[in-house]
Amino acid sequence: MNAQWAPACNLKQLQCRAQMLSKIRAFFEQRKVLEVETPLLCHSTGTDPQLDFFSSAYHCSPNNKQMYLQTSPEFAMKRLLAAGSGSIYQICKAFRNGESGRFHNPEFSILEWYRVNYNLQQLMDETIELLLYVLEKNKSTANIKVLTYSALFEDITALNPCVFCLQSYISYAESNDLTDAISLCGKDHSMWLDFIFSHIIQPQLDQYPLCIVYAYPAIQASLSRINIDNPAIADRFEVFIKGIEIANGFLELADRNEQERRFDQENEVRRSKGMMLVKKDPYFLDALSAGLPECSGIALGLDRLLMILTNSHSLKEVMPFPFDRA
Amino acid sequence: MAKYSTNEFKAGLKIMLDADPCAIIENEFIKPGKGQAFNRVKIRNLKNGRIIERTFKSGESVEGADVVDVDIQYLYRDGDFWHFMMPDTFEQYQADKNTVADSVKWLKDQAICTMTLWNDLPLSVTPPNFVELSITDTDPGLKGDTSGGGGKPATLETGAVVRVPLFVQIGEMIKVDTRTGEYVSRVKE
Repeated sequence: MNAQWAPACNLKQLQCRAQMLSKIRAFFEQRKVLEVETPLLCHSTGTDPQLDFFSSAYHCSPNNKQMYLQTSPEFAMKRLLAAGSGSIYQICKAFRNGESGRFHNPEFSILEWYRVNYNLQQLMDETIELLLYVLEKNKSTANIKVLTYSALFEDITALNPCVFCLQSYISYAESNDLTDAISLCGKDHSMWLDFIFSHIIQPQLDQYPLCIVYAYPAIQASLSRINIDNPAIADRFEVFIKGIEIANGFLELADRNEQERRFDQENEVRRSKGMMLVKKDPYFLDALSAGLPECSGIALGLDRLLMILTNSHSLKEVMPFPFDRA
Repeated sequence: MAKYSTNEFKAGLKIMLDADPCAIIENEFIKPGKGQAFNRVKIRNLKNGRIIERTFKSGESVEGADVVDVDIQYLYRDGDFWHFMMPDTFEQYQADKNTVADSVKWLKDQAICTMTLWNDLPLSVTPPNFVELSITDTDPGLKGDTSGGGGKPATLETGAVVRVPLFVQIGEMIKVDTRTGEYVSRVKE
């Protein structure tokens, strides 16, 4: 179907998607996890300088209100958790500005769920169970690989990802045809990790049908908690299927002050890069003050999962109207 | 020339890189969910034809290259230069040896070629996919041999050497695929 009005994907994909969604709902229903809905259009958004958002004005002239399409439903779901909802999940759209490619569409479908009183290990186990269920695979034959970020990184690069030694990062880049990294990343440790991980390590994960990488370096904690026993690492994990990043899970940060400090740090990065500063979400911070229960949470890209389920090469093959036809 | 954001990168886009005009062959947007986004790009340098890989930070912008392909007629060679003319405007361009490069062996007077211009200067010349040229030299083949098996080398009027079937003779016109340099057929005059 070449005409722009027509769906980009095969119509069979619609059925595959519906089937995938009903399986996910069945999985959580069986486990008594409540499905919820939270707003996609909010008065605030995250400060993460790596997540560019869409914003729009709500018209109530002359005091128009700046509104934001959410890059994930995280803040609102945590407000429900703080209010005592118990374990919850949501299937919704998320929006990320400027992200378009084989594995990216600015508007995409996300599955996000939170488990009260789960530690990271329990959430990793549940994520594996969900994926095996949706992919119709057996645990014993699925060849699941679970390894730490450090072990994976050091094994492939011989670099320590938690300790930044610029000179050894540079010599690694020089001897591995990655000289672009030297000028792009400069002294930015986190960007070096992103560069090496996405250019060298992630492509090698394609040998694993299901791979979980956990214990990220603390500088890549995002909204996860720093490990209580080892401050060099964060209680965060990511799931890769055949090398495709599919989900990102955290032991959730519940400390309001720590959360506010991270927002401030991120805004500082925004300021240094000449980006717009973002107002810290007061509802979210107040919810943390009220008390977020001990919980772990994870976001999973549903369009990518559908790609994997249907052996597709690109998101365009699984979305009826990807960005250029939207 | 306009600037292009990495978000506009796609195959075919012409950009300036290290002061040379280049064409994007492949663009992959890579971004860890919680990290820096990059565009990993495969690029052809239009001056020397070399293909390189480069990574850009997403959101950066780069200078576009004023590169266009035009249909142009080959006129004649004059010492170190090959002269071409736009059929509609009669505007003339001269290309040097580096610019015509390997295409030179297929250039026949009057042929309509594709010329790639960078800032209105010739960057490269591509001959038509098929050209008809006469044979100026080849071993006399055996009469009656129509098998074509093996073949023999034949020199064409432009100096190109192609393998032709044994039955093809000096003075005959043949059709050649310039992309592969292979004989296609004899041309009946």
